[in-house]
Amino acid sequence: MLQQIIQITPQVLIDGLTLGFVYAVVAIGYTMVYGILELINFAHGDIFMTGSFVGAAVLFFLMSIGFMSSLPSLIVFIIIILVAALVTGALGVGIERVAYRPLRKRNAPKLIALITSIGISFILEDAVRFIAELKTGNYIVTAPPMFQHRFVLNIHSVFPFFNNAIFQGSFLVVSIVTIIMLVSLDIFVNRTKWGMAMRAVAQDRDTASLMSINVNRVISVTFFIGSALGGATGVLFLIQYGTVDPYIGFILGIKAFTAAVLGGIGNIRGAMFGGILLGLLEMFASANLSTITHGAMGSEYKDVFAFVILILVLIFKPEGLFGKAAVEKV
Amino acid sequence: MIKTLVHKIGDSKKGQIIFFAAYVLITTLGLFLLSDSVTAFLILLLSVLILYYLKFNVKIKWVLGLLIIGVLMPFAASQGTSFQSFMDVGTLVLIYVTMSLGLNIVVGFAGLLDLGFIAFFAVGAYTFAIFGSSQANHFMPFGHFPVPGDAFWLFIPIGAIIAAIFGILLGIPVLRVKGDYLAIVTLGFGEIIRIVLNNMDHPINITNGSMGIPSIVPPKFFGIAIQNPSQFYYIALGIFLVAIYVATRLEHSKLGRAWKAVRDNEIAAQAMGIPLVKTKLAAFAIGASFSGMMGSVFAAKQMYIDATSFTYLESTMVLVMVILGGMGSIPGVILGAAVVIILNNQVLTDISNWLSQLSASGILMVPDALSPAKMQRFIFGILLVVFALYRTKGLIPHKNKMVDVKKLKREAAIEENKYKENPKMEGSES
Repeated sequence: MLQQIIQITPQVLIDGLTLGFVYAVVAIGYTMVYGILELINFAHGDIFMTGSFVGAAVLFFLMSIGFMSSLPSLIVFIIIILVAALVTGALGVGIERVAYRPLRKRNAPKLIALITSIGISFILEDAVRFIAELKTGNYIVTAPPMFQHRFVLNIHSVFPFFNNAIFQGSFLVVSIVTIIMLVSLDIFVNRTKWGMAMRAVAQDRDTASLMSINVNRVISVTFFIGSALGGATGVLFLIQYGTVDPYIGFILGIKAFTAAVLGGIGNIRGAMFGGILLGLLEMFASANLSTITHGAMGSEYKDVFAFVILILVLIFKPEGLFGKAAVEKV
Repeated sequence: MIKTLVHKIGDSKKGQIIFFAAYVLITTLGLFLLSDSVTAFLILLLSVLILYYLKFNVKIKWVLGLLIIGVLMPFAASQGTSFQSFMDVGTLVLIYVTMSLGLNIVVGFAGLLDLGFIAFFAVGAYTFAIFGSSQANHFMPFGHFPVPGDAFWLFIPIGAIIAAIFGILLGIPVLRVKGDYLAIVTLGFGEIIRIVLNNMDHPINITNGSMGIPSIVPPKFFGIAIQNPSQFYYIALGIFLVAIYVATRLEHSKLGRAWKAVRDNEIAAQAMGIPLVKTKLAAFAIGASFSGMMGSVFAAKQMYIDATSFTYLESTMVLVMVILGGMGSIPGVILGAAVVIILNNQVLTDISNWLSQLSASGILMVPDALSPAKMQRFIFGILLVVFALYRTKGLIPHKNKMVDVKKLKREAAIEENKYKENPKMEGSES
């Protein structure tokens, strides 16, 4: 049993990392909004989904005008990801303006903001389904593969107890783009003036506004960046997995939130780490659960696994692996 | 709006009585004659809402309301072919009203946002489904299954108890998790229950997995097999009455006031000596038991269940009902549930059919993707956002029970007089 688990480990690691990168970037969107507004933005998972659909739409459009054959796929990919990021970024800002800012002005209870975000997520899901179904006749959209080249990682000849691992070109693209996004975000938050303003608003909104920081604008920028990252990840998801439907956002959003909680919500580096960890854990579970339990539980329990992790973390270490314990104000 | 209308018709009681009697008579007659018309059905149902706003004695209102939904409406609708489908919607309304009364206890009274409420419904439904079909034979070596239809009545309280146990199970993490996190934990719990129910066909076949449980025995009432929606309607009505009795009683009880105190300020409530653990767990257990009861009715009514009836969408649907009606307001929640279910199951389907007819006859091209029956989430989403932004308190906002100042003063005066007459009595030590 152990031997079997060890044999497939390299493949599990590669698949887990791919998934983990996706979780990590989406988790950052949650964590940025949570850090600044203390609001779980349920709509974030659906912004991710919208990004993947916008990406698919741009891809189909480029294909229809014959762009694909004349340009290298890398450039096409960059165009797609930029368009998707801009569209979802604008969408995020719009959502904040319409659904969250009026509530903030009225000092409404947090429960209400949470409920609006659930509402927005439903609206996005059905609006995207409607448009996709109108255009293509089916709301499950399959994109043509872009980076199909298969690489075989020949580990077996070096370490004979491992099996070889196979990955596609898209894995490289996903990892490189994710790392670029994560690093530039980290620099943005920690080194630039806007980043400093964001951290200040997250710390204390009132004091920040006294320090001549335009709080509303900072919040808008946060939403723009978080949503743009989410939308770009949607495109990565589309490239990697090929098929998207309007309802992927919900479950993926919850898992990304789990990742954010795992790393300590409000902490960007924690969210990155949590995402990758959760992706690895989940792949490990889905590959090995049936071996470990002798077929009693299959990979269909991998979601249960993610939720159990969430509940356990919230019960035993609510501040997450990297977070600081919040002191409750009375 | 309706209120002002009623005011115009007459401030006097007599005017109201005449108006209401005329309304009920005309609409009943309307439904009796146009027995397949959804509009007539809805207009008759509206009378219950009008009744709520009239200035009658509460007991009279209850009797009249029961008369309308228990006797007049089924009787008037029974003439046409859509009688059973009306009653089907009616049963569904009652099922969801009871569930949203349960969720109202958790969210509205105790302020604990629960996004996995449908899990308790699922637990209740599966409890009856497993024993009410031959499914239990797969893992129970003793006993003979399915249980006879008479045992259904026993399964209503059993469903309630098992759902309450699950409510307490969910409640345990809640004691450490608060606010938004709680919403996520409950959501996760709901999904866990759904996934587990969907996959428990191996190693031991308990729930038959994604195949669902078919051929659940119809309940029996003194030897009569209950199979029509019109018969289930009365079962659901009975449970609804029990639930609303419990809910209204609880609201002003010591426990109910403790819930509201916890909702408004947990720390202050704790400081005043409210046991937090017990209070929160009680909210979860009681709320869950309501939906557990209705779960068994649902399973018996559908005669087939699988895990697709218990998704996150259903959980939010119940939440929409509570928010739309008004959190913490019992009449509001009932109205919210009725509006959502009738909108969803009657109005939207009818509009969809009508639109597809129009498309078929070539008058108006409506794309299939736009069919209102498919726009469920969109409509719920809009409702949630609009109500959260513009009518946070819901359709019928919650009102705290008014204190009768005169009565209190009178009582105080009596006490004072007693004290003056006999200063040696109790309470005179100081």
